[in-house]
Amino acid sequence: MSDTYTEIRQFITAKYPDIELADDQDIFSLGFVNSLFAMELVMFMEKTFATRIPNEELKLDNFRSVNAMADLVGRLVGEADTAAAI
Amino acid sequence: MSSTAIGVSRPPVPDLATVREFVDSEVIPNAEEWDRTERLPRSIVDRVGELGLWAPFVPAEDGGAGLDMVTLGKIHEEVGRGCSGLRSMLTVHTMVSWAVWRRGSAAQHAELLPRLISGETFGVFCLSEPDNGSDATATGTVAVEDGGDWVINGHKKWITGGQVADVMMVFLRTGPGMSAFLVPADAPGVTITPVPNMLGTRSSMIAEIVFDDVRVPDSAMLGPRGWAAGMVMTGALDMGRYSVACGSVGIIQASLDACVAYTSTRAVADGKLRDLQLIRRKITDLVTNVRAARLLCEEAGRLKESGDPATIMATWVAKYFASTSAVAAANDAVQIHGANGCSQDYPAARLYRDSKIMEIIEGSTELQQTFIAGEAYREAA
Repeated sequence: MSDTYTEIRQFITAKYPDIELADDQDIFSLGFVNSLFAMELVMFMEKTFATRIPNEELKLDNFRSVNAMADLVGRLVGEADTAAAI
Repeated sequence: MSSTAIGVSRPPVPDLATVREFVDSEVIPNAEEWDRTERLPRSIVDRVGELGLWAPFVPAEDGGAGLDMVTLGKIHEEVGRGCSGLRSMLTVHTMVSWAVWRRGSAAQHAELLPRLISGETFGVFCLSEPDNGSDATATGTVAVEDGGDWVINGHKKWITGGQVADVMMVFLRTGPGMSAFLVPADAPGVTITPVPNMLGTRSSMIAEIVFDDVRVPDSAMLGPRGWAAGMVMTGALDMGRYSVACGSVGIIQASLDACVAYTSTRAVADGKLRDLQLIRRKITDLVTNVRAARLLCEEAGRLKESGDPATIMATWVAKYFASTSAVAAANDAVQIHGANGCSQDYPAARLYRDSKIMEIIEGSTELQQTFIAGEAYREAA
């Protein structure tokens, strides 16, 4: 499993150590995601993966699971790499 | 102002020594009068702009001074040391400027950011309402889509700087979710009414604002709507909380300064007030608490500067400690000054009233206790 998935999963479980989190699990259904934690998630992802999450990507579905967040990071980092190469 | 090679003016980069001198010579001598008249003169607002204090954290590549968050905090501390009303204006303008910079569209950047940086446009934060404060998502102000525009109806209250607002960042409901809009203060249907005789920060020109069929274009929406709009609000509140925490350090410092000065000259039998052990105990508490509060703010600022999500909880802790310590410090300042502490001849009474406001705004003490304790239990689970 790539580092992206592990890092995201570890960030969430470090904050909520009493949960067991599958990568495809809907974190919003677990009941602990509020606007504070959402902001922490965004900041964590931006700092850890050296990216910026634009407004159009701030959608619930992009943060619904570890898989979704890892996909988002992959898209953003991939787009940045492509832009840098051009 | 310095100029770039292509002749575009860059905002000044504020330095702490200049800010301290500004506070000592232009703010402190006038703070009591501003508190009495419940007004900040245009001249001091312009001076804040000349010194580049309105939004210096905006990065240089976006037209700002690129000031780091720790120094920003120290500037807010210094201004808070002089006048909490003026520092409150910095707080709300910082919140709006941050939100526009971080989540604004290209058009909003172009139209507003330079003017927010210079202070030519003064921004205010409109979240609280007559019937909800801490429960931020229970807003009754709504916007309904109408032919590509939005029509806003609602009522906001306790809006710092509202009497002199140019642009208002208004949080409201758009359907089941929340959104933020940038609304001109002079838009048809906006009614701004001063709220006089507040307990503290009386010079911050607080207002209540009624929106009666206020029509704004879709382009006035700031950031995403719905779930993600909460992030605009949370991010702006985080900046506001940081500013209030640092401003509270300023109140503690002002209380300490006032008490050291007063007790060094006030005569009592066989000496001065400063010679009494119980006075020295209070002074010790003031010294210790101002240093501790400052360190907590510095930590929050460092984490904010590096984009570390730990800044959010660090800012909660800093605000909790600094604001409650400010109340204790100002209480001691009044007590030490005795009857003089209850008059307008000394700053203690104003510090006492201003400090209480710090426990209420940008997250009440009780809300802080709920979240901070919750974090401790989560970590231990």
